[in-house]
Order: sequence, then C-alpha cells, then structure tokens
Amino acid sequence: MTTKLPPLVLHLLAALGCLVLLVLLTLVTDPFTNLRIATVGYYLIAVAGLALLTGFNGQVSLGHGAFMFIGAYTVALLVKRVPAFPIWADLLLAVLAGGLAGLLAGAAAARLHGPYLAGATLALAVGLPAVTQRFPDLFAGSNGLSFTVNSQPAGLVGVVPPTRWQSWIVWLSVLLALVVLANLARGRLGRTLRAVRDDEVAASLAGVHVGRTKILAFLVSSACGGLAGGLQAFLLGTAAPGSFTPALSLSLLAALVLGGLGSLWGALWGAIALVYFQVWTDDFAELLSLRSDIADNLPLALYGVVLIVTVLAFPAGIQGGVRKLWVRVRRPAPSQRGES
Amino acid sequence: MTTFVNLTLGGLSSGAVYAALGLSLVIIYRATRVVNFAQPALALISSYLAYSVTKGTGSYWLGFVAAIVAGTLLGVVVERLIIRPLRHAGELSAIIATLGLLLLLQAVAGMIWSNEPHAFAYAFDFRGRFSPSDLFAVLAVVVAATGVLLLFKFTPLGLRLRATAFNPEVAKLVGVRVGAMLTVGWGLAAGVGSLAGLLATPPFIFPTVLDEVFVYALTAAVLGGLDNPLGTIVGGLVLGIGLSYVSGLLGAELVPLAALAILVAVLAVRPSGLFGRATARRV
Amino acid sequence: MRSRRSVTAIALACALVLAACGGAGETPAAGGGDKGEPAPGVTDTSVLIGSHQPLTGPAAPGYSKISVGAKAVYSYLNDNGGINGRKIDYKVEDDGYNPTKTVEVVKKLVLQDKVFAIVGGLGTPTHSKVVEYLNSEGVPDLLVSSGALMWDNAAKNPKTFGYQLDYTREGKIQGQYIKEKFAGKKVGLLVQGDDVGTDTQKGLDQFIKDQIVSRQTYDPANTDVTPQLSALQAAGAEVVVCECIPAFTALTILTSLKIGYKAQLVVSSIGADPATLAGLVEQFAKQGGAQVSGAALLTGIIGTRYLPSARSLDDPWTAFFKQIHDKYIPDEAFTDTLVYGMVQAYTFGQALKAAGKDLTRQKLVDAMSSGELKGPGLTPFAFSKDSHAGYTGALVFQIAADGNVTTLQEAKTTDRETGPVSDYKAAQLKPEDVKLVG
Repeated sequence: MTTKLPPLVLHLLAALGCLVLLVLLTLVTDPFTNLRIATVGYYLIAVAGLALLTGFNGQVSLGHGAFMFIGAYTVALLVKRVPAFPIWADLLLAVLAGGLAGLLAGAAAARLHGPYLAGATLALAVGLPAVTQRFPDLFAGSNGLSFTVNSQPAGLVGVVPPTRWQSWIVWLSVLLALVVLANLARGRLGRTLRAVRDDEVAASLAGVHVGRTKILAFLVSSACGGLAGGLQAFLLGTAAPGSFTPALSLSLLAALVLGGLGSLWGALWGAIALVYFQVWTDDFAELLSLRSDIADNLPLALYGVVLIVTVLAFPAGIQGGVRKLWVRVRRPAPSQRGES
Repeated sequence: MTTFVNLTLGGLSSGAVYAALGLSLVIIYRATRVVNFAQPALALISSYLAYSVTKGTGSYWLGFVAAIVAGTLLGVVVERLIIRPLRHAGELSAIIATLGLLLLLQAVAGMIWSNEPHAFAYAFDFRGRFSPSDLFAVLAVVVAATGVLLLFKFTPLGLRLRATAFNPEVAKLVGVRVGAMLTVGWGLAAGVGSLAGLLATPPFIFPTVLDEVFVYALTAAVLGGLDNPLGTIVGGLVLGIGLSYVSGLLGAELVPLAALAILVAVLAVRPSGLFGRATARRV
Repeated sequence: MRSRRSVTAIALACALVLAACGGAGETPAAGGGDKGEPAPGVTDTSVLIGSHQPLTGPAAPGYSKISVGAKAVYSYLNDNGGINGRKIDYKVEDDGYNPTKTVEVVKKLVLQDKVFAIVGGLGTPTHSKVVEYLNSEGVPDLLVSSGALMWDNAAKNPKTFGYQLDYTREGKIQGQYIKEKFAGKKVGLLVQGDDVGTDTQKGLDQFIKDQIVSRQTYDPANTDVTPQLSALQAAGAEVVVCECIPAFTALTILTSLKIGYKAQLVVSSIGADPATLAGLVEQFAKQGGAQVSGAALLTGIIGTRYLPSARSLDDPWTAFFKQIHDKYIPDEAFTDTLVYGMVQAYTFGQALKAAGKDLTRQKLVDAMSSGELKGPGLTPFAFSKDSHAGYTGALVFQIAADGNVTTLQEAKTTDRETGPVSDYKAAQLKPEDVKLVG
C-alpha cells in the first residue's frame, strides 16, 4: 500500500470495494436484512455529516434531524408533485435543500458558542417540523406524506427484489457522499476545521477565516443530513413530522459518541449500533416475558445505560476499541513476541 | 382587552415554570459548565414520588417536601456518580451522559408507574383565570429564585460556589473544597428543578410530561444568558407570555416555530443571550 | 483538463443509466399479486399475527393498554384450545407513534417474523404509511385502530379493513342529535388538528353548520387549551363538541372549570371513556374543595359509543370481558380502552374461525368481507365486497351522577356520505350466540 495514489482515487477505489462487498452481502441475506443494511446506510451518512460538524469542527448540533426532515420532504414532494423526475435527481435536490438550509443555519450559528448553539439547534429540531401543521395542504399536516418510489429499471423488476435494489441505491449514494466527505476531511478543509475547533484565535491568526469555516462545516454536514433524509424517504416511502422529533436528532448525536468521535469509521459503528442495538434490546425484552410496563420500557432503559457507560468507561467509543485491537493485531504484544 | 389580559396571565404562570426549570439549568451550568439534559427526568422522578406520597398519605405537602428532598439527593448522587468522573471530558460527553440518564430515568418511571397518565394535584384551588394555584406557582418561583440569588450573593457558601464556578483552580488554592461545592451546586439545582417539576406537571403525570417544558426552559435559559440567573428568569417570563400570545392569537400549532423565531432573533443580536456576558475566550 | 473531461463522461453515463429507471413518482407496470404459496405464519397448531402500537413515547399515554386487552382475549382463546385448533401468537411491536418506525416494524413483522396478518395497527399518521405495502404483499391488514376514512377503499386496498366507527359517520350522528335536542343553541367545536378534526366536521356540518359559532383546534403536543376554551366562551357557545382523545377531554373539563365556563359537553367515542376520565379528574374534584364533588365533574357529559361500556356490567359482553380481565389482567384498570382492544381481538377470532380450518390469507379476507361478522359491537360492521368500513353507527349516552352511563338515544347507523341517520333495530347478539371456544 505504499504506491502513491492521490487520495481521491484511493477513496473511490475503497468505495467501489465496499460497494461490491455490500452487494455480495445483500445477495446472501434475506429481504428484511437488506432493508436493515440500507437503514444503516442512511444513518451512516447522517452521522458522518455530524462527525464533520461536531467531531472535526467542535460545533455541537442537537438539531441534525431537522436537515433529515428537509431532505425527506424534498424527496416526498418531488415524487408526488414532479413524478417525471428520476430518483437520482430527487436525491440530488434533497442534498441541495439540506445544504442550503445548513448554510442559513450555519450563518446564524457561527457566532454561537457551546450551549447556546446546542439550545438553538434543539429549538430548530422542535420548531421546524411544526411547519407541516401551518401548511397542511402542501405537507399533509401531522399525517405526513406517503408514496411509493419507482426506481427500478424496467429490466430489473421481478429480477432483483425491491428491498435489495433499494439497499444498492442507498449504499451507492452513501458511498459517493462518503468519498466526498473523506476527501474533505483529509484535505485542507479537514485541517482548517480542526484548527478552528482547537483554537479559534490561533486559527484566525494563521489566516483561517473562522466564521466561513464554521459555516462551511454546517453546509457540508447538513447536505449529508439532507441526503440521509432523502434516502430514508426513498427507502420507506414516508415523510411525516412524527418521524423527525428531537429524539431523532439526539440519537444521531448519541450514535456519533457511541461510535467514536474522531473519524468517519466511528460514524459507521454508530450507525450500526443505532439500528441493531434497538433490535437486540427489543428481542431481549421479549425473551424475558416481563410485565408489559417493564418490557415496554426496558429497551429505552438499556439504551440509556449504554450511553452513560460508554461515556464513562469507553470515551473513545467503539472506534477506540477497534483501533486498540488493530494495533494489537498488527504489532503483537511484547510478551507474545518473547514466547515465539 | 380581556383576551389580552387572560393570555398575559396564562403566559405568566407557564413562564414562571420555564423560569424555574431554566434556573436549575443555569445553576448547574455555572457550577460545572454542563447543560443538564437529565434535569427533566430528575424532576420527573421527584414528581412521581410526590404523586405516590400524596396518594399514600393524602397530604399534598408531604408529597411536596418529599419531592424536593428526593430531588436534591438525586442531584447529589448524579453529580458524584456521573458528572464528577467526566469533569475533564468535554462538553459533548456530559451532554450524552445526561441524555443517557434522561432515557434511563424516563424508562424507570414508566416501569414503576406505567406509561399511562395519572392525575397530579395542584397545590391550591386551580379555578380562576389567575387562580390561587397560579399565584402559588409564581410566588414559589420568585421565592426560590430570590433565595438562590441571595445565597450566591451574600452567604459564605454562595461566595465559595461562585469562586468555584469562576475558577476552580484558584478556588482550590484559597482553600475552597471544590468537589464539595460542585456537589452542593448540583443538589441545589436539582432541588429547584424538582420545584419546577411539581409546578409544571399538573394536571397529569406521565413519563414524557416534562419534555416540552424542558425545551422551553432551555430556550429561556439561552435567551436570558446561561451565566445569568436573573436573565433566565426574565427570559422564562418573556417566553411564557410571548408563546401564550402566539397560541391565543395565531394558533397553538405555531408555538414551537415561534419559540425558534424568538431565539434566533435574540441570538442574532446577542450571541450570549439577553443578559449573558460576552464569553471571554477560555484558553 | 483530461480528468475533467473523463469525469463529465462518467457523470453523463451514470445519468443515462439512471434515467432509464423512469420518474420516481411514476407507476411502473404492475406485477406481483397473490402468489398462491402456503400461508405464512400458519402451522397446524398456531397462527402468528402482528400489530404496531405506541407502547412508549408521547402517544403511549392513552393507547399503550389496547394491546394489553387484546392479549388477554388471545390468552383466553388459547387456553380454551385456540381457534380451529390453532393458538394465536400475538406479536406487538412498539413504534412510538413514529411513522418511520411503523414502516420498519411492519416490514419486520412481514418479512422476518412472517406474520399471517396485521391486526389493529394503531394510528392514522402511522398506519397510513404501510397500507400500500401490506396490500402489495397481500398481507391481510385487519381492524385498523383509527377512525380515518382511508381504510375503507376496497378497490385500491382489498386487504385493509377498518374497525372503529369512522369520524364522519360519528360526526353525523352527533350532529343529528344536537340539531334535534339542542335546536337553536350555539355550538362550539374543539377538535384535534388532524383528520380526526377535518373528517368529523364533514359529518357535523351536514346538520349543524349554521349553529356552529366557533371552531378551535388543539395540537396533541400542547397541553394548554386555555386559549381555545376562552375563544369558545367568548363566542358564547352553549354546547361544546369535543373531538378529543381522553387526556384532552379531561383537560377540557378542568380548563372549563378553571376559567369558569359552563357548557354542555358532547364528546366523541375516542375520548368519552367514563372510567378513564374518572381516573384523570376525580383527584381534582377532591382538591377543588367541598364545592365540587367527585362525580360532579363528569355528570351530564354526553358521549357516543359503538362498543359495550366498561361501566355497564349488565351488558352480557361487558360481563364476559370482565371475566377475562379478572382472570388474565386483574391489575389493569377495566376501562373502555381495554374493552376496545378486547372486542378487536374477539372480532379477529371470529374472522379466523370463519376462515376455516384450511387457512389461507385470501380465506381470511373473504371471511372479513362476507358480512357475517357480528358480535360485541352495538352496531354492525359495514364489511362487504365493496365496503371495508368498520362500525357504522353509535348510540348516544350520558354520564350519570353515580358514574354509570344512561342511554339517551338508541343506536343509529349511517353512511360516510350524505345518507340519512336511521334507527338500528336488530337485537344485539350475546356471547353465547357467537361462542368461539369451550
């Protein structure tokens, strides 16, 4: 791996490899697992976007679900109102809509620090979905929109099961977006983002435009949120205000910390945890055959405990553990070396 | 005109509750630079305890006292077990830890008291546009807030609390037991939070009852300035009355949007809230 | 320069490939349909069914006990040998009233657990997102827990059946009663700001459009209804029609008391459960001092219902369900909410029995649309080949000073359009008439 390929090519190759692996994975798993794989995909890009904003740039957003809301409604309205648009155009517009909203939010947020930013973004997550109540004719009020997305080429209908096809589309989009993100993170922007996070004054003395950098971080991260929402709408055929509660925004942030803040890998672990932890705890609660009051609330309680324990005992998240393991595999511990 | 007066009075009593819960957030923020997302859950557990005690003994006031005491203790325990180990871990860790605690406590409440609503008593007769109960809510918040302000300003304990908040290292050098002060701060805040919960919960209690109040309390604290207890109280009252007008004159569905609009408008002009100090850079 | 050109070429190629998929909102050529395979979820000794309910989160208060009632009835049926020798395995998934989660858990039930049918999926915003999916997969989608009109669309959604009296029918029955008994009185509306509100007004307006002086909506997330009730008071409404869930009926009662507003309350079936309301407001009666007695807060409230009341134990069905309650879930309060779930489960049991020993999904759907299902309800289902609407009418009752219910107007039925509201005469069947087991 010492050949000097430019990062973009390297990232594209890696993405292609991942896509092949994922297609293989969907081929050997059942339709419902395909759906879950796709679900991990759209959460991954949402959390990865947040990783850029919060992990790299240090801006804590409690309202990232709002950008998913925008992406989802963009796709929903386009599918319903402009049926002739192909899905890739809808998704592209969802990215643009998310990015545009992020630009505005970022401009408003650039001067805010720590908890002020947190409070403002939380208000965004609570406030924005209320728009649907104000314009019920367009957004269908609290019931929201439901629709079916036609995305499969005619030749593949009946050949590839719909959930499998959907998971391919989701992951293709997600991997393309990740390539962009990874490139940004490794390049100049990544360094500026970290510089601003670590010390705004020093960064600005070194010629970094602090405000612009923060807005840019918001823009990129919200565009990812828009894509995630658009993919969710594409996958599930729904856009409703009840899906975009503050709980969603907070769970994205929780996934980021669970997975590990420092890298995009953490976003992957976080997204997997977000999807599968719920599944496991539900199954576990069912297994115990408890009284309904206890069984219903057990998954939430376990989720809470895991968040607390992670922060207290494993602050580097899952990625921290993975990294430690990786180091150990590559360089056997001294004692083992002695034995051999 | 009567509508206007009625909406103002209605907004005043809900604003008082936002102010009280906001105040508890501010006390904690000043002491430990943590926004305590578990605050509604701590208040929730106290309110449920009040519910059970009141149901068992028939006395509202026994329940009231039990809730405040239990809430305070809960705050102390949380600080020692969860917040203390995180003191060097950064803003996000504390947010996630308190968030985890919120989920855990809400789930526990659901397990013990079920997710179904129960009737939860007002302190006094609640009948009337500005009822004895509303009056009590406003008075209780005023008394609690004044007490907290006087405590900070004029007592040796308050001085030590402020010293700890201002600069823990220096406070330690001059002999303040910083750890103990943080614990006291959390206990105090959770006690005030419990009071807010008791005032905000009626008429019904269920695990998510305080979520909405919390969002507006945080909004109030951010509006007023997280550093400034007095600012938060003003912020809470302004927000309560403002949202009451929006709800009554424009429509209830606009309330969350209005809260966002008010917040954005204020923060655009004053990024540290109406009364917050412009944050000096912390190196 | 060269690289930019190749990027453009790749993008163009991708665009062309993807454009071949056609528009995202267009309908592709039809395919699929009934596959004629052995019925999923069915063995010789068991049948697996699923449901989605808000067990946690903001909508859980008020709804989380419906599936508890249903579960008790299934336990009773199973302990007595099951239906056609099959025990009913009832799997409830928590969707937290979040439509995204509803789609996920319903797909899990269908694809992974392979349920035979979905029974009693709860909520309009939630269930509306899975109707199309269930119908395209051929999964029976029975007895939806919502009064929206959209479940009744036999041509488009042949597998979906309603359960509740729909909001428009109920609005018509309320409107007819108010026009007759409160002629000339000013009427105010307090409705939930979604299809509950809009559909009910379609019914009410057919009768009392010119009597209505003010229309107010509430948002379930905002528990302060003082502004709305103040507006009704200012408009001088003497009758308030409350299309509210139980917590908001209770809030309406308490807020009226708070602002000193006295009007005749007319509550729709979704929020008129005397047992639940009593649980919520009696505490306040004690507190209000000697002037207000416990039952007084509820006395005189007029409601509509289409199911046996948990409060009238002389109804043979109520007595029957109370026995099941006492045996399987004695710790739960015996409310109309519980009865709602129990009737739903019993009705499903009837359909399952009628579908016969040799069970397929189509047979279950045929049994539903046969029009033969009669049972605990006070009015008949509309179920036929053309209509998939649930209950078609209701009686009008009043809460008496002793907390029991008295009937003001016997059951009437109507349609969802502009047809007349007419008396329903047939005698109600008793539990022994439609015995499922034992």
